[in-house]
Amino acid sequence: MREDPSDARGSRSPIAALGSTVLRGLSELGQATLMLAAALRWMLRGRLEIRETLVQLNRIGVESIPVVLITGAFAGMVLAFQTARQLADFGGQGFVGGLVGLSIAREAAPVFTAITAAGRVGAGMAAEIGTMAVTEQVDALRVLATDPVRYLVVPRLIAAALALPILTAFANVVGGTGGYVVATAAGISGGAFLSSLQRFLWPYDLVVGLIKAVFFGLIIASVGCYRGLHATGGADGVGRATTGAVVVAIVLILIFNYFLDLIFF
Amino acid sequence: MGAVIEPQSSGTPDEAVIVASNLWKSFGSTVALAGFSLEVRRGEIQVIMGPSGCGKSVLLKHLVGLVKPDRGEVLVFGQPVHAMSDHELDALRIRIGVVFQSAALFDSLTVAQNVAFPLRRHRTLSKEEIAHRVRELLLLVEMAGTEDLMPAALSGGMRKRVGIARALALDPPLILYDEPTSGLDPLTAHTVDDLVLRLRAELGVSSVVVTHSLDSAFRLADHLAVMDSGRLTTSGTPEEILASTNPFVRRFLDTRAIEVRPK
Ligand SMILES: Nc1ncnc2c1ncn2[C@@H]1O[C@H](COP(=O)(O)OP(=O)(O)O)[C@@H](O)[C@H]1O
Ligand SMILES: [Mg+2]
Repeated sequence: MREDPSDARGSRSPIAALGSTVLRGLSELGQATLMLAAALRWMLRGRLEIRETLVQLNRIGVESIPVVLITGAFAGMVLAFQTARQLADFGGQGFVGGLVGLSIAREAAPVFTAITAAGRVGAGMAAEIGTMAVTEQVDALRVLATDPVRYLVVPRLIAAALALPILTAFANVVGGTGGYVVATAAGISGGAFLSSLQRFLWPYDLVVGLIKAVFFGLIIASVGCYRGLHATGGADGVGRATTGAVVVAIVLILIFNYFLDLIFF
Repeated sequence: MGAVIEPQSSGTPDEAVIVASNLWKSFGSTVALAGFSLEVRRGEIQVIMGPSGCGKSVLLKHLVGLVKPDRGEVLVFGQPVHAMSDHELDALRIRIGVVFQSAALFDSLTVAQNVAFPLRRHRTLSKEEIAHRVRELLLLVEMAGTEDLMPAALSGGMRKRVGIARALALDPPLILYDEPTSGLDPLTAHTVDDLVLRLRAELGVSSVVVTHSLDSAFRLADHLAVMDSGRLTTSGTPEEILASTNPFVRRFLDTRAIEVRPK
């Protein structure tokens, strides 16, 4: 039988495989940074595509509201369910409202909203721009003297950075309401829940949650746009770009969430 | 010193609008261009032929800076395309119309919005002026009345023609066509050929036309180049190509049953 050279590559050591993965990751990080730098230059020069930005704002923000309301409400409900049960055993009913409120404002609302958006919006961006890349539409933009970063990336970055905190604010409201309903159903008095909420939840917590959401929006749009612009090889390549965008965005969201917490709390 | 000094950027008919010299380009282990050179003079129609995968589309992309050569130089209107940044290229690209092999219409825009796209971005025109110009351009490619259709609703040939209209929108003095008539019925293909000839006759537009149609090639070409595996096999006037004894060129010409005559 003939020796297949790809066999040799397939059976190379895991260390070498890890090494090349890390190298590729670093080079992609470099390229993505260049893309963001170019985007920042367009923003600083104030050359914004208003129309495109509004279209994206509608798609990212308005069309995401229903799913964010559902995930936000259930996140608040499950938090209240667990908290009320655990604390009631120790006579800590007075802490339920505060704990639920803090968890929602600081973590649950921004993180769950971002993960939902990564699946919906980030995947959509990678699919749309990826299709444009493999069908020469991105080349057509360049040839028509239109920088794809300016026309495609900047509007999505701005729209996501604006939409995510607004969606997170919605999640805060429905999450808090859902938490209230479940907690009172579990035997915590409404008054106790609210006064505890007032005592523990500070405006600072809400603001930091929204600031985190701005970062998450930027992550989702950056990854979606980058993966889309670098898609190659037809419909297959677009599929790979799309799933890749969702996974990478969610991982980055969770990593950034931790470090942003270290900075702010 | 010679008595006659040719100024670089005058409108003399002999002036080269495109000078590609010794272009090399590989994608991984695929060699797309292997030392390709070509000169296109102002007001001329240069036709490029060659089998699929021989590097014709890659060559056109080098001419507008979409792809940078590994080695070699591309001068367009005397400017070094291979060494310019995207930002510097923008001013040049406004003067070059490109008809993509796949048409590359923007999926999310209507036909009218596609054709209007370059006008909106690079001209200050009123809504009415743009609509008027779009109608004019669509008429030129026999696509009038399709303004409000989305590209997905068009056939391949219709898309190609809208792509041509978009490429003509800014009245570029140089137009690159990548297989403009493939996928078109013979009548429409003829119309597109006529359009290329008319643009040259009326506006002195220079053109590079990649085509698989010997028919089109011999109708259009002032100069014809035959490519194979990233290299220039033969180039010359249609007469010279017809008289070529190069076996590859002969085989290429013999794919046509009916005898080909120069126009
Ligand atoms: N972006 C790219 N990445 C990898 N290979 C490419 C790319 N563009 C073209 N090629 C390869 O270069 C060769 C020439 O392609 P092309 O110029 O499209 O051929 P054609 O003469 O049919 O237009 C082909 O083998 C093609 O697969
Ligand atoms: Mg081609």
